[in-house]
Amino acid sequence: MSRPLLEIENVSKTFGGLKAVSSVSLSVEAGSLCALIGPNGAGKTTLFALMTGFIKPDQGSVRFDGTDITGQAPHLNARLGMARTFQIVQPFAAQTVRENIAVGVHLHERDRRVALEKAGQIAQQVGLADQIEKPASDLTVAGRKRLELARALGTQPKLLLLDEVLAGLNPQEISDMIPVIKAICASGITVFLIEHVMQAVMSLADHVWVLSQGQLIASGSPEVVTQDDAVVEAYLGKGTAARLRAKGSAA
Amino acid sequence: MKPLLSIAAFTVVIALFPLVTDSGVHLNFVMMALYAGLMGMAWNVLAGFGGQFSFGHALFFGFGAYIHIIAQLSWGINPWFAIFLAIAVSALVGAVVGALSFRYGLKGSYFALVTLAFAEVARILALSVDITGGGVGLMLPLKPSVANMQFESRVGYYYMMLVMVVVALLLTQWLKGARFGAYLQAIRDNEDAARAAGVDPFQVKLRAISLSGAMMGATGAFYVQVFQYIDPAIAFGPQASVEALVAAIVGGLGTVWGPLLGAVVLHTLSDVTRNLFGALPGINMIIYGSVLVLIVMFLPRGIAGLGVSVRDLFGKKRS
Repeated sequence: MSRPLLEIENVSKTFGGLKAVSSVSLSVEAGSLCALIGPNGAGKTTLFALMTGFIKPDQGSVRFDGTDITGQAPHLNARLGMARTFQIVQPFAAQTVRENIAVGVHLHERDRRVALEKAGQIAQQVGLADQIEKPASDLTVAGRKRLELARALGTQPKLLLLDEVLAGLNPQEISDMIPVIKAICASGITVFLIEHVMQAVMSLADHVWVLSQGQLIASGSPEVVTQDDAVVEAYLGKGTAARLRAKGSAA
Repeated sequence: MKPLLSIAAFTVVIALFPLVTDSGVHLNFVMMALYAGLMGMAWNVLAGFGGQFSFGHALFFGFGAYIHIIAQLSWGINPWFAIFLAIAVSALVGAVVGALSFRYGLKGSYFALVTLAFAEVARILALSVDITGGGVGLMLPLKPSVANMQFESRVGYYYMMLVMVVVALLLTQWLKGARFGAYLQAIRDNEDAARAAGVDPFQVKLRAISLSGAMMGATGAFYVQVFQYIDPAIAFGPQASVEALVAAIVGGLGTVWGPLLGAVVLHTLSDVTRNLFGALPGINMIIYGSVLVLIVMFLPRGIAGLGVSVRDLFGKKRS
């Protein structure tokens, strides 16, 4: 079942003089749970935006589920089964949690009453059931992250792109959230996440890509990638890998 | 269905009103308040639900009015058909304006300015072409008969307006409980999030501006029928645009009853100030303006949102 669900090839995007993403290729297998990591400003969110159609790539192609979707509008990608969350949460603040989730559900459900009812079930799935009638603006950061997740789930996606759903949460909230994401993957939805919280990446992802200054510098299982010299240096500075190794052998 | 019950109750009360009074002044007052409320409801569809603030709704009002009168005068169409033609053309004008402005992602103040410009262009065009009668305007000859949509007494127009308002109320109520309305509100609150959830903002906004235009066009046609005269300044001037947005904002954006409430309150206010201070010309407008400012300042959710605003106020004080 190693069928690629999402394939991107040589995708590049330049903003003015800045190469935000330069010739990145990767492919996400159906049913997997993968992660994209990298230092701040590496271009992770831009890469997500290129995949979902919020930004058009200057070069390269994006294929989803066998069709070429390069530069296709986000709502059409959503209809194909690609859902995303936003790093900076984007709730429909004036509406209740239930109404927020229902907007996602409406993609495949015309009837308002059914959509609102299904929204309730999805809220249960992500642990928002007790706040369902609250306005979205009353939720805590953790609640809003869950809401992002719920709204994306409502569209019944094949691929779920999660942009830092754990950022800004406390350790307790993070360990509450990890099983939720695992359960989503177990239900057959392919999950691709951008994450800074390494604890989560280590326990969740089957496969990790590392992006630094717009380029992929490593890929592999989380254990392999965190030992990679290039990755260590991307995070901690040039020469750190050698220094750490010297320290390790001295001890 | 509680919301439908309140619409039914409203209909019965307003329909019975002419039976308890035959004062032309009272009937006229209710009719003109309903008329302003209908404009507010039209504007509310696009701005209250969709978050797209138009400053040029007179464009649709004017098209509705001119198509309705030209269809009768030049094309010999019966007014009962002409009004539907006027509504359809207004919807089409909405679609054209929407296609041109939403296609290029115009939002906020830019969209407002473009709609204002469209209305002005239409006013200047109406002044310079023959079919509108230019600056002289067009007069609808007096031929009282129900077949001509010209009623012997005010009550006929009163009921005609009531029917239009009830249809608009039902449309707004439908919007609240339909996928289209949910999508429209999602775009208002966060367009990017809506797109990620599979909403096509262009298509949804286009449908909203067409619906809004159609409702506004209906009020234009009604105006022509009641006052039997239209000229470019009345049709496309700022007054209709302002009347529509003020009623909706004062009453409460994105609510079913808000625009109507707003129109009733504003009409009462303007009548009362005119009667009290009629001797001092201009003072009524100053008071009217001041009350408007106060409402906008202290009731950001409008009159329909009074409860929520008060709760917010006290909630904040407690915390």
